[in-house]
Amino acid sequence: MRPPTETAPAVPTADHSAPGQVVLRARSLTKSFVGHTVLSDVDLELRAGEVHGLVGENGAGKSTLMKILAGVHTADHGTVELDGQMMSFHHPLQAQQAGISTVFQEFNLLPERTVAENIWLGREPRRGPLVDVKRMNRDTQQLLDDLGVPGLRPDQRVRSLSVAEQQVVEIAKAVSFDARIISMDEPTAALATHEVELLYGIIRGLTARGVAILYVSHRLKEVFDLCDTITVLKDGKQVATRPAGSLDDAELVRLMVGRSIASFFPDPVEGTETGAPLLELRGAGNGYVDDVSLTLRAGEILGIAGLQGSGRTELLEALFGVRGFTRGELRVGDKVVRLRSPRSAVRAGLALVTEDRKATGLALNQSILDNALGPVRAVFPGRTGRARREVPGLFTNLQVAARAMDQEVQFLSGGNQQKVVLAGWLATEPRIVLMDEPTRGIDVGAKHAIYELMRVLTREGVGIVMVSSELPEIIGMADRILVMRDGRVAGELPAGPSEEAVLQLATGVTPTEQERA
Amino acid sequence: MTSPTAPTAPSAPDRPPVVRRPAGLTSTGIVLVILAVAVVAGAVLTAIEGRNFFSTGNLRDILTITSTLGLIAIGQTLVILVGSLDLSVPFVASLTGVIAAGIMAGETGNVPLALVVALGLAALIGLVNGLVVSLLRVHGFIATLGMGLIISGYIATNYQGSHGSAPRSFRLIGISFIGPIPVSTLLMLGCALLAIVLLRRTRVGHHLYAVGGNAEVARLSGVRTWVPVVTAHVLCSLLAGFAGLLLLARLSVGNPTIGSQGQYDLMSIAAVVLGGTLLAGGKGHITGTIAGVAIFAVMDNVMGALQTDPFLRDVVRGAVIVAAVAVYARREIDRRPARFDAPSPARRRA
Repeated sequence: MRPPTETAPAVPTADHSAPGQVVLRARSLTKSFVGHTVLSDVDLELRAGEVHGLVGENGAGKSTLMKILAGVHTADHGTVELDGQMMSFHHPLQAQQAGISTVFQEFNLLPERTVAENIWLGREPRRGPLVDVKRMNRDTQQLLDDLGVPGLRPDQRVRSLSVAEQQVVEIAKAVSFDARIISMDEPTAALATHEVELLYGIIRGLTARGVAILYVSHRLKEVFDLCDTITVLKDGKQVATRPAGSLDDAELVRLMVGRSIASFFPDPVEGTETGAPLLELRGAGNGYVDDVSLTLRAGEILGIAGLQGSGRTELLEALFGVRGFTRGELRVGDKVVRLRSPRSAVRAGLALVTEDRKATGLALNQSILDNALGPVRAVFPGRTGRARREVPGLFTNLQVAARAMDQEVQFLSGGNQQKVVLAGWLATEPRIVLMDEPTRGIDVGAKHAIYELMRVLTREGVGIVMVSSELPEIIGMADRILVMRDGRVAGELPAGPSEEAVLQLATGVTPTEQERA
Repeated sequence: MTSPTAPTAPSAPDRPPVVRRPAGLTSTGIVLVILAVAVVAGAVLTAIEGRNFFSTGNLRDILTITSTLGLIAIGQTLVILVGSLDLSVPFVASLTGVIAAGIMAGETGNVPLALVVALGLAALIGLVNGLVVSLLRVHGFIATLGMGLIISGYIATNYQGSHGSAPRSFRLIGISFIGPIPVSTLLMLGCALLAIVLLRRTRVGHHLYAVGGNAEVARLSGVRTWVPVVTAHVLCSLLAGFAGLLLLARLSVGNPTIGSQGQYDLMSIAAVVLGGTLLAGGKGHITGTIAGVAIFAVMDNVMGALQTDPFLRDVVRGAVIVAAVAVYARREIDRRPARFDAPSPARRRA
């Protein structure tokens, strides 16, 4: 357990509150942006040692609520009480010093700085006028030890860390404020399944010390796994706050979307047939993946599962010519091709919906229309006129919620942004669509729209390769699943395997071993 | 980071040993290699001309060049690290030179007042730059371009030709040596040392990197983002003013165009970038910048000795900068280690 140390200067104890005691009470919080009410009359109670789930579709007001508690935004009306004391935050630091820390969805880390420098940014310990680097590193090591994460060093540059390790640094930073309340916005969005377990462990450790957690997630399974109480927001209003035990998946989804989604993963559209091979790989590899063989047929969804870093994204990138294959054979249709650039891949009928839409999918400060026309303009300029006529129809089909076609894409919710990305690729009329985490960080309604779109595409004879870290999604949607491990294909599973079967291939251990570990 | 952190905590003896990835050559390493190559090539080429590159006189010439550009480039490094830019430095150098020369008017007794006024003015200019950049959110490029135009306009209308004069006591700074090393160069190195301590060991230094790396992250961490921006600009202007005073000490009269003649704006930015500092901010070192300045000084000296055509001199300078940045960019691209095809795949696993 906790190693004996002579000094414990910065390590939080957070034992001020008895479990179950209300630490934070927010009353009738209301916030408007330019006349648009994004949060109205929301109450929230957080108790020591409890995980409070906050769910709702994107745009429901979850982020706004978190940001008010974090001091990023100031509420128009309503009060926040901490231990019965009225609080008013005008700067994130005030909230943090009061004991409310927030782990935002986008990483708030500086890649070029070390773990310790990131954690203590703004509060670097000093000796005299100078920063006490030694003490900073020592305190960091102790924080990391307390969280139970070996193998992270305080003087490592954040750039060299995996996504999960960066998440740990974020949490360590939140904890370092002696936080009594930690809000986490989609903390697992970028994590693979086994890393989620690590996070669970950390969260349970925190609650055992009396920290109250506000947990925002789109993954309902996690919400049920972790949360004691769940608050549902919809369109800025509080729909329900209930003990997690009194809810089930279906009921929660109904509360969130206001309608019940009978079958969350839609069945194949009638008349979908698996046709001729569209894409074939034989013993293909490059610097990041090796010896990959696969076949994608028309009308088929091929799932690619695997842990973070197992080479899933790299496989899609190789297929799309980002870093092409250097070995083996790639056939598109019946022709052997060598795709050396994304441009050549698009010409061959491929499309790639990237993992990170904000960084690689969209030009955020350009309009919806320009974004949707981007791929066509770049590769098939002659078809721009036709695409321009078709895009509004695509938007209607995809139910893109936007004010106007010239609205800047950065002001859309994540789900709508993803739909714009998809519309842009569909305008190139691809035969093969590669999707990397197509529903990451988007709300339930938008997820469903994307699943339905995938089914419609397969009905039209398109082949889809889908990479996903969410097992229910890949199991629910894919006709076949290829599991990657360490850059190679570990095995292939037919439609509808158990989560255990996928995990077993992904981790290379049998379930019993895994439980023991 | 190579700070002495190895024996961090005696708390966890069971911590698994962390495998350090082979570090490869850092950008500072690359720039030092370029410097070494430049010195060797310079020595050979100078020897072919029948002269000794390492003669005391020649080394003094090289080091003297580094002192003024070095001072300005140190300031420029701070400003670039914080995510800004300073194009007003040559005009600040000119302005402090003429103003100090005017106040000194050849009298030793006037020197302290001249220094205070000149450096105070430089600091004030930096303060304005910093506030315009941080509070009005004008990019440093534009803010300091405007400031540079204003100062150059003021100089052009008020000072024609050389102005004032420095007393002999003050001129000594520009012409004294300790061994082969000019005092001005030692002053520059002292400033470099202070800047290094500032960056590595003070809060404002840490925050300078943070704001340059990602201002929003810094703000959300509770950093008052205007503080490092203003600090960097004030220091940069002060150092440019200091450089102007050194030039005055060397020339003995205030020259209103000395800064623009030295092309200190672009040359300092070039030295910073050559030294491996990211032009976008957030990453870089003073040591790299000093090496960058030294590379330019050596190149200038050698090409001077060879009596190279001035155009060719500029071509070489330009090519070196672009080539160095191209090398850095390539390193960024290949940062993700390949899992297969690698020379020794076993080591790359993990």
